[in-house]
Amino acid sequence: MSENTFAYVATSEKPQLPPPQGTTGAVGWARENLFSSPLNTILTLISVFVVFSTVPGIFNWAFVNSVWNANSLDECRALTENGACWAVIRERYHQFLFGFYPTELYWRPILAFVLLFVALVPALWDGMPKRGAALMASMTYPFVAFWLIWGGFGLEPVSSTKLGGLLLTMIIGVSGISFSLPIGIVLALSRSSNLPIVKSLAVIFIEFIRGVPLITLLFVAHVLLNYFLPKGVNFDIVLRVVIMVTLFASAYMAEVIRGGLAALPKGQYEAADALGLSYWQSMRLIILPQALKISIPGIVNTFIGLFKDTTLVLIIGLMDPLGLVAPTLADQRWNGIFVELYAFIAFMFFIFCFAMSRYSMYLERKLHTGHR
Amino acid sequence: MKKMILPVALGAAFAATSLSAASAGTLEDVQERGKLRCAVSTGLAGFSYTDENGKWQGFDVDYCRAVAAAVLGDADAVEFSPTTGKTRFTALASGEVDILSRNTTWTFSRDADLKFTFLGVSYYDGQGFMVKKSLGVASAKELDGATVCIQTGTTTELNLSDYFTAEGMSYEPLSIETNTEGRANYLADACDVYTTDASGLAASRATFENADDHIVLPEIISKEPLGPLVRHGDDQWADIGRWVLNALKIAEEKGITAANADEMAANSKDPEVLRLLGASGEMGASVGLGNDFALVAIKAVGNYGEVFERHLGTQTKVNLARGLNAMWTEGGLQYAPPFR
Repeated sequence: MSENTFAYVATSEKPQLPPPQGTTGAVGWARENLFSSPLNTILTLISVFVVFSTVPGIFNWAFVNSVWNANSLDECRALTENGACWAVIRERYHQFLFGFYPTELYWRPILAFVLLFVALVPALWDGMPKRGAALMASMTYPFVAFWLIWGGFGLEPVSSTKLGGLLLTMIIGVSGISFSLPIGIVLALSRSSNLPIVKSLAVIFIEFIRGVPLITLLFVAHVLLNYFLPKGVNFDIVLRVVIMVTLFASAYMAEVIRGGLAALPKGQYEAADALGLSYWQSMRLIILPQALKISIPGIVNTFIGLFKDTTLVLIIGLMDPLGLVAPTLADQRWNGIFVELYAFIAFMFFIFCFAMSRYSMYLERKLHTGHR
Repeated sequence: MKKMILPVALGAAFAATSLSAASAGTLEDVQERGKLRCAVSTGLAGFSYTDENGKWQGFDVDYCRAVAAAVLGDADAVEFSPTTGKTRFTALASGEVDILSRNTTWTFSRDADLKFTFLGVSYYDGQGFMVKKSLGVASAKELDGATVCIQTGTTTELNLSDYFTAEGMSYEPLSIETNTEGRANYLADACDVYTTDASGLAASRATFENADDHIVLPEIISKEPLGPLVRHGDDQWADIGRWVLNALKIAEEKGITAANADEMAANSKDPEVLRLLGASGEMGASVGLGNDFALVAIKAVGNYGEVFERHLGTQTKVNLARGLNAMWTEGGLQYAPPFR
């Protein structure tokens, strides 16, 4: 190494100057993202104003001034000027979760709920060891859940009139979701099939169901089926509703999946044929994996819509969480309380719908294998 | 209303054909099942609501409990089906429930056209109007052009249109499905006037934060005799329902309460009391029940006045005076035929 003999030649690199003030840190970020143009500045100021004028109020209402311990709305009002009266939720949350299910039997729906996730693992996680066998085991879940919730065969039977709250929403939503997907796939394949009878049956079914509001189908389930079935055959109202909701969702599902099928290049079909694959082989190995991947946002959209549509059953007198609002309000102690109940219900629905939407995003990212 | 009668009537026709095949009698069905199936409202202050344990309570509910006590000996042997204004009649006509006790107005067409049998009047109501004081209205005759919150599928809807037509006024209806919805819309100023049965108005008003800002107008524009009902075609079952209701009224008239019923049955000198409580005669057998059916019912829920005071009376938030619903001996309309 030679010594540098010139005093004016730097021996080492000079330290880097910091970037100009105002382009880094909080200020820089704000400049870049919030005040980059006059329009953005105005929008930022408006948003800040909206946030500051609403959030503290809502926060105070929901947390600071709220009341958790009271026996009636009047007691709440005496305790707080303008705060939420969560005491009603504290007293009734178990009804909003389980309806009128006997308290000492709560373990049954809870167990069914836990088993639901056990059964979902093989369906949702494709890296699972021995997935095939596990999937077959999951197929028995509907029967196990039915047995746990309604009882019979050694368990104390529970009538459908006792079902309500989130439990009812889950029963209708989960069975609607899990049955509508396979039915929807079959319908979509039938509709794009070359066999005229199969095709027209699928078209008639889909167009009929889509042409009728869900409310109408629920009324049919509640009212008309009763007349058509012989007297004494007491076909459970919850099962009737589940069937109607499933049929309804299947029709929409079929169209979503048909969209996925139509989006595949024709070359994929031709390539499958050229390989000498049979119809079912080509569907299973080539067409459906791609078509379903394309359809994921639409499928999850239908799921979430279906889950929220279950609240419509309150029109036919079933006690889903929204349906439970009325008898709660009719109790003199709580008469006149609305916002707290609806906020609680909205929160419950948000948890489930948000989870579904996050899972679909995860799935999309994972299956994102190119084509871009 | 018209659009409602048609499907119900169609349904009733279907039901009639299928019922005629196997009509074992409702009483036998109920006894075999061990449960009375009773349709109530999905929630109406004082009439039907759920308590913190999920148990149904209320004026209409207690009637079901009384029937269950009389028929099965157990006031809790009831399966309640909450029904809306739209589903109540089909639920009854299709045989899904045995009895409907859901603040339902007794009218000609419901009795004759829908083929139901009304069992009497459990509550005399009438339709009224509630407005905000700030509107500056003192009489229903000043409501020309008002927006009115009105529950669909009910007689109130028809009364409203009758009244405004008769008075030569116009109004804008805002259709709502439930009482809760109506109250919320009214408080949010979506409508100027909220109309429903006067009992419902009083119950709603009692829950407002500033009840004094609202007034119930003096005009009562309709007769609303509310009562329980059953299907046509099973007179024995109708008799049971009718006489359980009458028994509760006679009990009040005679001063029989849930607390003193046993003692009255043993010691009373009044022959009608003894007949009613099954201490003499064989009255219960003629409707296929035990002789003490009325005694069990009264012990389960109390007499008519006790039920009223417990759920609707001046000690409750609904705060209704007996008014028309006082016994005939006290200037009201509640009058039960003699028990002999």
